[in-house]
Amino acid sequence: MTRFEGSASYVAPPELSLAVNAAITLARPLLVKGEPGTGKTQLAQEVARALGAPLFEWHVKSTSKAQHGLYEYDAVSRLRDSQLGDARVHDIANYIVPGMLWRAFESEERAVLLIDEIDKADIEFPNDLLRELDRMEFYVYETQKLVRARHRPVVFITSNNEKELPDAFLRRCFFHYIRFPDAETMERIVAVHHPGLKKALLAEALGAFYRIREMPGLKKKPSTSELLDWIKLLVAEDIPPEALRSDDAKTAIPPLYGALLKNEQDVHLFEQLVFMNRRAGRPG
Amino acid sequence: MLIRFFLMLRAAGVPASITEFLALLQSLAAGIIEPAEGLTAADQFYYLARSILVKDERHFDRFDRAFAAHFRGAELAFEALLAEVPADWLRQSLALHLTDEEKARIESLGGWDALMAALRERLEEQKARHEGGHKWIGTGGTSPFGTHGYNPEGIRIGGGGGNRRAIKLWERREYANLDDDAGLGRRNVKLALRRLRRFARQGAADMLDLDGTIDSTARRAGLLDIRMIPERHNAVKVLLFLDIGGSMDEHVRICEELFAAARGEFKHLEHFYFHNFVYESVWKDNRRRHSERTPLPQLMRTYGRDYRLVIVGDATMSPFEILQPGGSIEHWNEEAGAAWIKRLLASYPHHAWLNPEPPDRWEFTPSIRITRELVEERMFPLTLEGLDRAMRSLQ
Repeated sequence: MTRFEGSASYVAPPELSLAVNAAITLARPLLVKGEPGTGKTQLAQEVARALGAPLFEWHVKSTSKAQHGLYEYDAVSRLRDSQLGDARVHDIANYIVPGMLWRAFESEERAVLLIDEIDKADIEFPNDLLRELDRMEFYVYETQKLVRARHRPVVFITSNNEKELPDAFLRRCFFHYIRFPDAETMERIVAVHHPGLKKALLAEALGAFYRIREMPGLKKKPSTSELLDWIKLLVAEDIPPEALRSDDAKTAIPPLYGALLKNEQDVHLFEQLVFMNRRAGRPG
Repeated sequence: MLIRFFLMLRAAGVPASITEFLALLQSLAAGIIEPAEGLTAADQFYYLARSILVKDERHFDRFDRAFAAHFRGAELAFEALLAEVPADWLRQSLALHLTDEEKARIESLGGWDALMAALRERLEEQKARHEGGHKWIGTGGTSPFGTHGYNPEGIRIGGGGGNRRAIKLWERREYANLDDDAGLGRRNVKLALRRLRRFARQGAADMLDLDGTIDSTARRAGLLDIRMIPERHNAVKVLLFLDIGGSMDEHVRICEELFAAARGEFKHLEHFYFHNFVYESVWKDNRRRHSERTPLPQLMRTYGRDYRLVIVGDATMSPFEILQPGGSIEHWNEEAGAAWIKRLLASYPHHAWLNPEPPDRWEFTPSIRITRELVEERMFPLTLEGLDRAMRSLQ
């Protein structure tokens, strides 16, 4: 059996690989939580690539129903077809549209299934998937057919904590909380994404990034993915490391900070703090 | 031996089930733990057990304590050390019964400012633990300083606050955020909250509008024309202020139930915490309450007048804390709490105060009387019946 140890483009701390491997071995869904932008969704993509398995992504929205993942019966187009006299109308199977779960079940080899942001959906949503995830089978009432997984897919479920998930559902999952990476792990993550980055620029960028994260009162703290975007911009604009540094670390506004701060109150607060620090720092 | 560990986890309040425990044993049998770089076998077992048995990052702390207790034989460390006063001064060991004469004598000790000055002096003088007596800071005595003693204007230093009248709290305790999965009775609370419903159709059109479809199909001479409408949602907006810590500790359970039910019932719910009384700022997260606070003026600008304000607190404190600038037990407040609450109530005409203290005690606690006047008598007991009345008054 292949073990997941992170990949060339994804840094997985040992405890994360352990949780992933436990979930794969025991064929249980792995519930992944963590701050936005810590790579929850990406984890499934990377595991699929590492295992060489096809990936099925089911992005949950506030209007999603559990049924959407299984199949949908397109009654409206059948009704239309019947009015237009289409021959297809006699077979109901023509109007059953398989969902992501069905497609993952039907896969010829073991698939990876991602149920992304499960907390966006209605509060009953996870409960409606209990049997399907437990037994990996479901019943299509319209065609009287039982759909059963050929190989139990590896299931990843991500949540942003917007809603509480029901206990019965949690009991069936393994759980991993991705902590915000420390500076050392962050360096490895950046190195994976921007291999040619000069050491000096990296050190300065990380320093500025953690200073901004530590600022009190920010509505939304910048996350790993925002740091990576920002570094991409810095590299594209060819900003020298010196521009990120000044005599007093607190008075410098990092260039292109719009990539890190995503709402006007935060930008405003940030500018105010820098302005106050400058005035306080001025001699006389 | 793992069965004992499992039972200990349950005792520590980690809601792990038997199926999860069996899954852990199964995973051990499957040999998931194997020598790997960076993690010892013990570390791996820790992470594996955690990811199988714990399903909520809020319970990591409980898991860690139980894990440490079981595997290292370490003591369960529940009490945080006090920052300024050694804890063993404050251990409750004396039950105190005073006569009325003695009480009167203590009353005469002096006012607020005198108390503060005297405390500072004595803290410097005193070097050892002290019990009983009349002067030194310690437990159970009649000196105005220390915990569990009797003095109506006493200053509380750490500990549980037996008589609940402290003026200055010198400890920096971190309160846990309200756990919102308290189960018992939540359904009843939800039913009461349901009175405060105002339905509106908003969001994605995902429901079949049967009447509209029939009507429009008929108009188009029988050619089907499906009409959809959005589902109805509760559109009422609620701003919830929760008193946390101190005398509220004994009401934590009922507050958690209320909070859990409100979270489920109202789509637009914003909650903030305060300690004892509302001053110029409140906070959203108890773990970061010293660094991330929301100033009230900003809050009043952000949330419009259409929000309904619900304050949950026992309003049991020293009247100083409401009426006097600088009365707050945690910081120096420039303006009195009463001024801030007036401003707050003016911005939110629909408001109610829910008090977990039984109503028959309200008359005898001066601070509750004052608060009731401030909220224009719209104070309700935190019972199902009181909740019901509160919701009606918010309509």
